[in-house]
Amino acid sequence: MSAVRRYLAPIAVIVLLLGVWEIAAQWHWISNALNIQDFLVPAPSDIATSLWRDRSLLADDSWVTLREVLLGFLCALVAGLVFAVVLHLSDTLRRAFYPLLVASQAIPPVAIAPILVVWFGFGLGPKLLLIALVCFFPVTVNTLDGLRAVDPQLITMMRTLGASRIQILARVELPSALPFFFSGTKIAIAIAVIGALFAEWAGAGSGLGHEVLISSSQLLTARMFAAITLLGVMAIVLFGLVALVERRVVTWDRREVTRA
Amino acid sequence: MLTRLREGTPDAADEGRTGAASADGLAVRGAPIRAGGVGHSFGDLRVIQRVDLEVEAGEVLAVVGPSGCGKTTLLELVAGLRPPDAGTVTVGGHSQAAARLERCAYMPQRDLLLPWLSAVDNAGLALRIAGIPRNDARARAGEHFERLGLAGFESSRPEQLSGGMRQRVAFLRTLMAGRPVLLLDEPFASLDAITRAEMQSWLADVLGPDRHTVVLVTHDVEEALYLSDRVLVLGSRPAAVADLIEVDAPRAPDRDSAVTSPEFMELKQRALRSLAEAAR
Repeated sequence: MSAVRRYLAPIAVIVLLLGVWEIAAQWHWISNALNIQDFLVPAPSDIATSLWRDRSLLADDSWVTLREVLLGFLCALVAGLVFAVVLHLSDTLRRAFYPLLVASQAIPPVAIAPILVVWFGFGLGPKLLLIALVCFFPVTVNTLDGLRAVDPQLITMMRTLGASRIQILARVELPSALPFFFSGTKIAIAIAVIGALFAEWAGAGSGLGHEVLISSSQLLTARMFAAITLLGVMAIVLFGLVALVERRVVTWDRREVTRA
Repeated sequence: MLTRLREGTPDAADEGRTGAASADGLAVRGAPIRAGGVGHSFGDLRVIQRVDLEVEAGEVLAVVGPSGCGKTTLLELVAGLRPPDAGTVTVGGHSQAAARLERCAYMPQRDLLLPWLSAVDNAGLALRIAGIPRNDARARAGEHFERLGLAGFESSRPEQLSGGMRQRVAFLRTLMAGRPVLLLDEPFASLDAITRAEMQSWLADVLGPDRHTVVLVTHDVEEALYLSDRVLVLGSRPAAVADLIEVDAPRAPDRDSAVTSPEFMELKQRALRSLAEAAR
């Protein structure tokens, strides 16, 4: 009962919005208001038709984009984790690299995507690099914050039990940083899809982002919306998967081991 | 009052560096603690003013004083977690901080159990740190669960345990470190009055046959007198020794009659008077 009630409201809102959109498109309200041709304003039913009719094309594109997102995201995960641990263990390195870390986030991916294509070509490489670059920051900063937020009394307790620096890291700091790591990871996976979009816009022969660009230039608006829908579904499903893993791994209350 | 139970045991003056790897927790012999003219400041704030401390091997010394008088700092100085500004500290004849840290097991005020580990894994943490395989560590820590009233809760997470049980797991974790000196920092301060009384009689039973050197910090005079051989009364900041009370009241079979005996009340009055004078 509670599960039904929890999902009832959001589903009702979505159905309502789609219904209004469908009616507004079918009855030419939007095209009349914008003073454009009818076929430029696809109704949800047109998008659904396109999803079915172009399914083999869209499936290929989805697979290309999904692979880019997953590979780039995994690179960022590994690099972010290693970077966070290294910066945590060395005060000097942290002070030296932290501004650079922030700067890496300040550069908009749209701006560097074209130069990456110029340097590395149209292959998978520049796309992974761009996705990893946008994912790297939230993973690193959140994990680093988590490592630094450990209750200092826990560290003292471990020291009195004879633990070495590495043992404290492995047995206390890394587990306590896990909830923070997952916070960063959830942000990262959501923006990884946006990163893939920019990377494909800068130069690609396939992928959902590429499909959005091509369809829009050919005024195939229904297919464009279909590709956008798939990008959204991909981001939501990936986010849900990460949240699921988090719930399986972090089975304790993070406040127990961090400074109040 | 606990030493009387240990009569007949040879004086455990030789300091043991047993370590978690070889210890079975309780078979450890205590090491003497000596502190001479120890002082400590945090910046301009003088928290400890020339404290002398002598704890014999196997003795239980309680340290009482008002809140914030530097009792915890004193334990940290003994354990080698903080360097003293003045004076010297030796544990088992060793003065270097690292050597002292190797001989002291420190039980902090909060239980500090790791929420992702089961009770038995928390208790055996020192064994795991010493490189003992997980199953061996579990078996050795698990042996004590019955005696500590924790039987059946081996695989429970800390969040599923009551405050008293958590404290007992934390105590076992301290014990399993296999160090000759136990430093207990207000171990029952966070518990309600009834649980605290239960834990006190439980600790008396555990420490009775045990030969650790114990320094017990508390702000509860009754707890101090009930559990220790001698009580050191500290004055408020900066902490200095206000009184040293030998506890020689005859041991009663249970806590309630022990703490209400006339001898005990007399000692309690003296301790409270010393505290009040020191606070002036």
